[in-house]
Amino acid sequence: MASTIRVRATSSGETTEVQALIQHPMDSGFVKDSKGEIIPPHFIQQLTFEYDGKNVFTADWGGGVSKDPYVKFAFKGGKKGDELKISWVDNKGATDTTTAKIQ
Amino acid sequence: MRKAMLKSALVLALFAAGVLPARAAGSEDDYKAAYAAAEAANKEAGKLRNQWTTTANTLAAAKKAAEVGDFDKAAASAKEAEALAKASIFQATSEKTRWREMEIR
Amino acid sequence: MRLRSAIYLASAALAFAALTLAGTLPSGAADKVDPVADAKAFQKFFTDKFPKVKLEDFVNGPYSMNEDLYRQWQDKEQFPPYEFSLEMGKEMFSKPFKNGKTYADCFENGGIGVRQNYPLFDAKEGKVITLELALNRCREANGEQPYSYVRDEMAALTAYMAFTSRGKPMDIKIPDDPRALAAYENGKEYFYTRRGQLNFSCATCHVQSPGERIRAEILAPALGIVNAMPIYRSEWSGMGTTSRRFTTCNSQIRGVPLSPQDDEYRNVEYYLSYVSNGLPISGPGARP
Repeated sequence: MASTIRVRATSSGETTEVQALIQHPMDSGFVKDSKGEIIPPHFIQQLTFEYDGKNVFTADWGGGVSKDPYVKFAFKGGKKGDELKISWVDNKGATDTTTAKIQ
Repeated sequence: MRKAMLKSALVLALFAAGVLPARAAGSEDDYKAAYAAAEAANKEAGKLRNQWTTTANTLAAAKKAAEVGDFDKAAASAKEAEALAKASIFQATSEKTRWREMEIR
Repeated sequence: MRLRSAIYLASAALAFAALTLAGTLPSGAADKVDPVADAKAFQKFFTDKFPKVKLEDFVNGPYSMNEDLYRQWQDKEQFPPYEFSLEMGKEMFSKPFKNGKTYADCFENGGIGVRQNYPLFDAKEGKVITLELALNRCREANGEQPYSYVRDEMAALTAYMAFTSRGKPMDIKIPDDPRALAAYENGKEYFYTRRGQLNFSCATCHVQSPGERIRAEILAPALGIVNAMPIYRSEWSGMGTTSRRFTTCNSQIRGVPLSPQDDEYRNVEYYLSYVSNGLPISGPGARP
């Protein structure tokens, strides 16, 4: 199955800009379905971006983040051709991970 | 004078409390008639492809009140629903010619 | 209580109006239907109103009306929220039906790069066919169940087809057929007719108030408004079809929606698409 993480990282000398789009329902656990029953909470709890063995960005999320979240940030460093590793874990214990080359 | 006023006040109070039995039965009939009229008007609006969501909601409220025996409230809601339905008919009919006023030419 | 009085007043006015209108109801359009002139006037209205916006940019809806929104949208377009739906649509489009045929068999050029021709007028049936209707007919003709017009699958399929036509100019044809002209005129009438308890027409927001706000949203101009369909709306947290937008718009102004793909909806899509002829297809789109 294709990865749920889409990422693009671009280096411009001193900083690297990263954008990511993650496919995930991000159900808060407060919404009811058409039958009136609560849709159980199902959301990413932690999202990490790793470069050169270190976490350059960590997100601790809850049910307040919308479906298919989009993240954009920049970090100091990062060279063209190097790898960036992205992983997430959700409240059900599911995970996904992917690597992307910095452009 | 005062005695007469008190007397009419008492009668008024009795009316308001719905104590007189004949009135209670009349109120259910009132509701049924009003609901039928409202439904008919809403159906007419449907033929004109212009029903309002608030008409449907008010009709539903009328039915709900009737189910718990509050026929005064039910009749009042049904009459409001009829007014809403009639307004939607008026809107559809007048817009048949008036829409051209909005048209970009 | 005030509302109630207003309603009673309105129904009293109805009674009065019924008496006065009785003998003066119109018997149909007196002027000749001239779509070419209409489209010209329509496009001129918007380019005059917004002289700084290039004609082709009107298809970007609210983003063409507000600089800050435009910048945020440009940013997001690098990783557009409709990407997942688009991918799903591509997969669905190429997957054969149970009988072995595909959607490509139902469309000109295999369904690639043809979205700008829809809606079209079908002379045999005498009615307007939208892309959504054509897709479901394709399914039914090949023994498959039709999709709901307001749910994800139809949105994904039309997203893919729109994507293959990106950049192509809208190219709606109105044949010299009185039924086609009637459908066009019917769509135009629908667009300008006020409805619902809030008494809004499509024009109230999209002709009278583009660039202005309704609550927190910035209104899109009617010119080019269907070119971006289907759209991923943040409000919906998902992809939505033209049918979904028409029906939800109706309920928002407290009008009971018609059924998706009813005559009026197909005709208004025909009208709106025609008057936006020449503007590029920008779908699938992303909106707040």
